[in-house]
Amino acid sequence: MTSLFRFYTFAAPSRFYALATRSVPWLYALAMMSALIALYVGLLLAPTDVTQGDAYRIIYIHVPAAWMSMVLYLALAGWSVVGWATNAKLAYALSRAIAPTGAAFTVLALWTGALWGKPTWGTWWVWDARLTSELILLFLYLGYLAMVEGADDRQRGERAGALLALVGVVNIPIIYFSVRWWNTLHQGATISMTAAPKMANTMLQGMLLMTVAFWAYAFAVIFARTSRLILEREADSSWVRAFVQSREER
Amino acid sequence: MYWNTWSDFWAMGGYGLYVWGSYACVLVWLLLEPLLERRAHKRALSQISDDAE
Amino acid sequence: MSFARFQAIVARDLLSFRRNPARSLFPLAFFLIACSLFPLGVGAETNTLRQIAPGVIWVSALLSVVSSLNTIYLNDYIDGSLEQMCIGQRFPIDVVFAKTVVHWLLNGCALLLGAPLIGLMFGMRLHSIEIMSLALLLGTPVLSMFGSLGAALTLGYRSSHVLQLLVILPLCIPVLIFGAGAVSAVDAGLSAQAYLSLLGALFLFSLVTTPIASAAALRSSS
Repeated sequence: MTSLFRFYTFAAPSRFYALATRSVPWLYALAMMSALIALYVGLLLAPTDVTQGDAYRIIYIHVPAAWMSMVLYLALAGWSVVGWATNAKLAYALSRAIAPTGAAFTVLALWTGALWGKPTWGTWWVWDARLTSELILLFLYLGYLAMVEGADDRQRGERAGALLALVGVVNIPIIYFSVRWWNTLHQGATISMTAAPKMANTMLQGMLLMTVAFWAYAFAVIFARTSRLILEREADSSWVRAFVQSREER
Repeated sequence: MYWNTWSDFWAMGGYGLYVWGSYACVLVWLLLEPLLERRAHKRALSQISDDAE
Repeated sequence: MSFARFQAIVARDLLSFRRNPARSLFPLAFFLIACSLFPLGVGAETNTLRQIAPGVIWVSALLSVVSSLNTIYLNDYIDGSLEQMCIGQRFPIDVVFAKTVVHWLLNGCALLLGAPLIGLMFGMRLHSIEIMSLALLLGTPVLSMFGSLGAALTLGYRSSHVLQLLVILPLCIPVLIFGAGAVSAVDAGLSAQAYLSLLGALFLFSLVTTPIASAAALRSSS
C-alpha cells in the first residue's frame, strides 16, 4: 500500500512542481556532461567511415534525435492515456509539455538527415518509407499542438489532443519497421536487441552517450515546461500563491 | 585521437559544411529551447504575483 | 449502443439529403473539378497523365472528404439535436457509426462513381481502373472514419477547416500511399495484393479504433 501511495504522491501538482524544479538543473548538468563525453568519443576518438568518409559523423546527432522523436511521441500518447483514464491534470500537462520538444527533435532528425543525405546519397530528400513516415510524425505533432493550443476550452483541447495522439501511435511502428518492410534508400538497422551491432565500438559508444544526453535534456526541458504549465493552470490555488509570496519575500 | 591536425578536424574530410552545419543547428536549438522556457516561466511567475496584488 | 438509434439517424440524414438532391451531387462535382485541374496545370501529355492518375484521384478524394467534414456533425451540434442523440450513453458509438455511414454513402460512393470516369479521361488502362475502384472501395470508408474523428475533435472550434486538414491529413496519408501504390504496382505489371491487404488492415484498424475515439470526442465537446 505504501508503494502505491508513493507512486501517486507526485500526481499532486504542488509536489510535482517541487520535484521538477529541483531536478531540472541536475538533468541539464547530466545532459551537458554526457554530451561532452559523447562529442569527445564521436568526433575525436572514433575512426572515419570507409564508404562515407567523415560525413558519417552526423550520425552522432541524427540517430539520437530520430530515436527521441519516436520515443517522445510514445510518451506523449502514454501520458494521454493516463490522463484520459484518471482525469489527472498533471498527465495532460506532461503530454502538452512533451509535444514541442518532440516536434523539435523530429525537425532536427529530418534536417540533419538532409545534410547527411546530400553528400552521401546525392540528394537532400527522397520520398522513401522512413523519411516520409518521419515527416508524417512531424505533421502528427503539429496537428496535436494545433488541436491543444488552438482550443478555447483548455480541458476540451487536452482531451481532444489525447485522442488524436492515441490514434496516431500506429505511425511509430511504421517508421521503425519501414526500413525492414520496404526497400528504401535509407540504410537498414545497424543496432538490434538480439544481434551484435554492425558498427565499430567507439562509434556505438559515442551514439549511445549522445542518446543519454538527449534523454536527460528532454527530461529537463519537459519537466521545466510541465512545471510552468502547472503554475499557469493552478495560478489561483493556495499553494501557488504561497509559493509566489515566499519567492518575493526572499 | 583520430585527427592529425586541428584544421583536419574542422575540414571533416571535405564535408565540414554538412557536419558542422548539422551540429550547429542542434546546438542552437538545445540552447534556445531551455532559454525560451526559462523566460516563459519567469513571465508566468511575474504574472501571478501581479495578479495577487 | 442501439441499432434502432443507428437506423433512425441514418434514415433521417438520408431523408434530408433526398429532400435536396442537388446538394448530394456537390462532393462528386468537387471531385471531378479538382481532378480536371491537374491536366490543365501539368499539361495534357498522355503518358504523364496516366502516371499521375492514381495520385491525382486519391489526393482529390482526400480533399473532397476533408472539405465535406462539417456536414457530419456540425449542423446537429449547432441546433442541439446532437446532444439529444447522445443522451444516456457514455460512448455514443451508434451516433458515430450512423453519421459516418451516411457521410461515406454520400461522399465515398460518389467518388466510386466518378473515379472510373476520371480514370478514362486520364488514359488509365481498364485493369488499372478496376484495381483503383477496389482500392477506393476499401480506402474511402477509412477516410470517412478518420474524417469523422477529425470532425468530432474539432466540433465548434474557430477556423475548424484548417485544423481538420492538419489533423486528418497525417492519419490519412497511409491510405493515400497504399491506394495509389496499388495502382502503380499494377501499372508496373506486379500484383496489387500487398497494397490491397494493407488497405484492408487499415480499414479494420480504423473500424476498431476510430468510432470509440470519435464517440469520446463527441462526449467531451458537449
